[in-house]
Amino acid sequence: MDFPILSSLILLPSIGALFLLFSKDQSSNTGKYVALFTSYVNFLISIYLWFLFDPNSSNFQFVEDREWLKGFINYKVGIDGISILFIILTTFVTPLCIISVNNTIKNRLRDFLIAILVMESFMLGVFCSLDLVIFYLFFEAGLIPMFLIIGIWGGARRVYSAFKFFLYTLLGSVLMLVAIISIYWITGTTDVIKLYEIGIDYKYQNLLWLAFFSSFAVKTPMWPVHTWLPDAHVEAPTAGSVLLAAILLKMAGYGFIRFSLGLFPLASETFTPLVYILSLIAIIYTSLVALMQEDMKKLIAYSSVAHMGFVTLGIFTITQQGIEGSIIQMLSHGFVAAALFFCVGVVYDRMHSRLIATYGGLVSVMPKYAILLMVFTLAAIGLPGTTGFIGEFLILIGAFKDNFLVAVIASLGVILGAAYMLWLYRRVVFGELVNNNLLKIKDLDNSEKFILWSLAIPILFFGFYPELLNNTIEISVNDLIENYNFNLNMYTPEVK
Amino acid sequence: MEIVLLFLPLLASIISGFFGKLIGDRFCEIITSLFVALSALISLFLFYEVIVNQYENNVVIATWINSGNLDVNWSIKIDPLSSVMLIVVTFISALVHIYSIGYMSHDPHKPRFMAYLSLFTFAMLTLVTSDNFLQLFFGWEGVGLCSYFLIGFWFKKDTANAAAIKAFLVNRVGDFGFALGIFLIFYLFGTVNYSEVFQQTPQIINKELLFLGLNFKAIDLVCILLFIGAMGKSAQIFLHTWLPDAMEGPTPVSALIHAATMVTAGVFLVVRCSPIFEYSQLSLNIITIIGSATAFFAATIALVQTDIKKIIAYSTCSQLGYMFFAAGVGAYNVAMFHLFTHAFFKALLFLGSGSVIHSFKDEQDINQMGAVYRKLPYTWILMIIGTLALTGFPFLSGFYSKDAIIEFAYLRGNSVGYYAAWIGVITAFLTSIYSWRLIFKTFHGSFNNKQMQIENIHESPMVMVIPLIILSIGAIFAGYLFKDLFITHGEDSYFWAESIKFLKPLSTDHPPLWFILTTPTLVLISIPLAYYLFVKNKDLSEALVESNRPLYNFLINKWYFDELYNFIFIKSSKKIGLFFWKIIDLKIIDRFGPDGVASLFKDLSIKASKFQSGFIYQYAFMILIGFSALLTYLILY
Repeated sequence: MDFPILSSLILLPSIGALFLLFSKDQSSNTGKYVALFTSYVNFLISIYLWFLFDPNSSNFQFVEDREWLKGFINYKVGIDGISILFIILTTFVTPLCIISVNNTIKNRLRDFLIAILVMESFMLGVFCSLDLVIFYLFFEAGLIPMFLIIGIWGGARRVYSAFKFFLYTLLGSVLMLVAIISIYWITGTTDVIKLYEIGIDYKYQNLLWLAFFSSFAVKTPMWPVHTWLPDAHVEAPTAGSVLLAAILLKMAGYGFIRFSLGLFPLASETFTPLVYILSLIAIIYTSLVALMQEDMKKLIAYSSVAHMGFVTLGIFTITQQGIEGSIIQMLSHGFVAAALFFCVGVVYDRMHSRLIATYGGLVSVMPKYAILLMVFTLAAIGLPGTTGFIGEFLILIGAFKDNFLVAVIASLGVILGAAYMLWLYRRVVFGELVNNNLLKIKDLDNSEKFILWSLAIPILFFGFYPELLNNTIEISVNDLIENYNFNLNMYTPEVK
Repeated sequence: MEIVLLFLPLLASIISGFFGKLIGDRFCEIITSLFVALSALISLFLFYEVIVNQYENNVVIATWINSGNLDVNWSIKIDPLSSVMLIVVTFISALVHIYSIGYMSHDPHKPRFMAYLSLFTFAMLTLVTSDNFLQLFFGWEGVGLCSYFLIGFWFKKDTANAAAIKAFLVNRVGDFGFALGIFLIFYLFGTVNYSEVFQQTPQIINKELLFLGLNFKAIDLVCILLFIGAMGKSAQIFLHTWLPDAMEGPTPVSALIHAATMVTAGVFLVVRCSPIFEYSQLSLNIITIIGSATAFFAATIALVQTDIKKIIAYSTCSQLGYMFFAAGVGAYNVAMFHLFTHAFFKALLFLGSGSVIHSFKDEQDINQMGAVYRKLPYTWILMIIGTLALTGFPFLSGFYSKDAIIEFAYLRGNSVGYYAAWIGVITAFLTSIYSWRLIFKTFHGSFNNKQMQIENIHESPMVMVIPLIILSIGAIFAGYLFKDLFITHGEDSYFWAESIKFLKPLSTDHPPLWFILTTPTLVLISIPLAYYLFVKNKDLSEALVESNRPLYNFLINKWYFDELYNFIFIKSSKKIGLFFWKIIDLKIIDRFGPDGVASLFKDLSIKASKFQSGFIYQYAFMILIGFSALLTYLILY
């Protein structure tokens, strides 16, 4: 077997965390450098992985298969064109979170860094796993560090939010666990590749699909199980919000593509109308709610729900454009939402207020901040030339192929999206500087500039040249759709 | 060469935007103006090549999106249509850049302003040189974005910010239609490249689509959706409300974006898609009706406005209406001709009004002006030239293009055509009245400004006057010089070549002589009439207002569109948003969801804990009950 590059990728952050665990100093900078070093090494490894990755093969690559519980569960990891991008997103965003702790985390810095690094391990595990049980373990384990991040370093109502977050996500996941066990009893394996080959009997698919759906819908989050997200975001510290928005939510979208479509094509076909309706509600409803928010973080949280609504919509169009669009939209949202939460963090650190009304006229005192926030606002609106456009456009074009009405309604969300983002920008950045406390506010410092520019560059670069992304995912998505249609055709007569 | 043409403005914008502080204001002004002027020279050369050598080219720069069967490139397409647009865009832009050096001389943010102007020019160039709908959409949104930045340029003014957002959002509504149009095109043709789409159009003309239970002809739907996009960008009735408000931006912006170039993008879109529109009589009729309605309605509002820029803005709206109904009656080339001449005289009028505003220290109300024609001699004469050209005074450029539009509408021969032609005549008369009203109230009569002495009014600097003079040359001669090239439909020397498609060739007849003479006569009559009304006998115009109060209120409030939209869309969205948030999210989902479940378990466990009371007799009693229940069950079943 070759060098286990994926396992190293997954384990490395945890090893870094282990080092930190043995350091006594709670708040020294050394801890931060260790964490930063580990996560950047991980980033480089993942880029190297992308470089090694062969986009012309539809097989899973870098597969490692080790016996874990003999005869039952194997530790099996491997990636295809879809997972590689999420891995890079994870290793890209994590170091930025670590850099941001400078200004945000005042106490128990070491523990915070450990939580983030452990979190990174789990998230990478999710995107690599090729065994349902392994997937489940990583998927659920990710809850714990996030629960701690919100519960320990959060704002005033942190305990309520942490529990709400935990309760929601756990309830959904219990059903998924039951489903995974049932799959084992039905087919005798939890190996994803094998399951793709043998398929799951159509009479079980609907129930199993619903069980997986309940878990993914909460994590996405889809309407009406979205109310944990605004609370969790508002209370989480900046780095927590960023990880939550940029990566945790993507695990659900990834799950939909990998498992719901891959394992239960017939059920996916049956439930497509349900997903469409919930996605459309998410897009329109949460956009309208976002319009009325007075708290910046809540506004962005609600906009996340709307953006993820586009993602779920695109996935279930089962078209090349729709699914590719969803993946790009997830990456884009990973960059944009991360950036927006960082931006809120920047002013929150200075003024200790997230209320929009506190601000106004920032452009006079923070011109650099104003420029970057404008870039991210435009990307959130989905202006051509940013990744947001590529994602939304491909999703809508895919949806249009499938159902006119759905595409028309979803397109309305694009208008609303522009409304709430521009209005937010206007109230925070433009206008006369009224609040005198803002007069002495400082513009971005170097680490903030580094974070925000690192996010702005890929947003613009992939906005103009998404070919690099499309090229990576094309074969895998194509293969997924072919597999899906093959299954559909094979079973259709029987179902009828 | 095409690449240089396209990227010079972008380069200028980047230099000025990012290194403005480093290199200084003056250098920014020079470099942006110079680069855009170079672009203008290149487009002049290309235009010449297109006329003389029938030059056509399609440069592919890079792949943009490639997903499944969707394949889109960044490219530069040069054909007769885009070469005309290039001339308009780069020339007006270069002149506006130069003019801005003078106009913005007291502004602290000059590099930023110049960067926006150049960036706008770049976006507009990508729009007109695209060879596919998606890059067109990129440019479309790009110019919209720059317009947003420039309207809100004075970011401390609340009205400017509001106008900027309004412009963006109203345009988004148009873009919503446009985007759906693109989706539908991709759905029908499997591509978004012009050449392939246009080639396949004849094959799908009979295709029908089911939408919301109704059957539509696919081609009609495509055209109508695209036209909705055009309506937003070109401020046609229903989606026009942003344009007058956009006058909050600096005046050079109004001249460049909101008169000469960006707002004509909608007309360009329709003309560019003539190979599709030609097959959809329904949508052509809609375009004619909307266009002529806009022409008329905007002119009526312009009659009573008092803000010098808003009058010209409504005038722009009205002239765009002319261009649309020209396209609607199938005279695409005439629409382009009017677009071309209009760019000169409308930019001239805007920049002229900017010069007036500059002299009056930012006063825009024409009731606060008057009697300054001796003080602002150049501006006065140039504004008069612009007005003559706009109103279609014989042998100036507007005369050729506007009268051609009215004539072709008449020659269309169907009822929609006659309707449009007569609306065109009436609107021409109204146009003349409001334009002369503007001139007389601004330059003649008595001096009405209380804040300033007339002695303190000075002519603008030469850097502002010279661009005006150049534009006035265009306003005088553009019509006469180019009418043969643009309109004549000769067999061998046909300028537009393949870029405009006619299913049936345009009529070469002439309408009856009395009809041809009607418009110029009305235009001539209107000058003394306006002079009488607004200078000689002002009481009469005021008496007219008094006796027609309701009508006047209707006009001064711009047909109440803003109030209506505010009520229907803005207030209701806010209310619904609040309802969703406060009632559904918090009161229903949370209360019956997580909070409800949590408190339910809490209550249950409190109750359950009461069982563990610690008293033996209670436990014994429970055991007894349980035992007897079990026994009963076993006996009975």
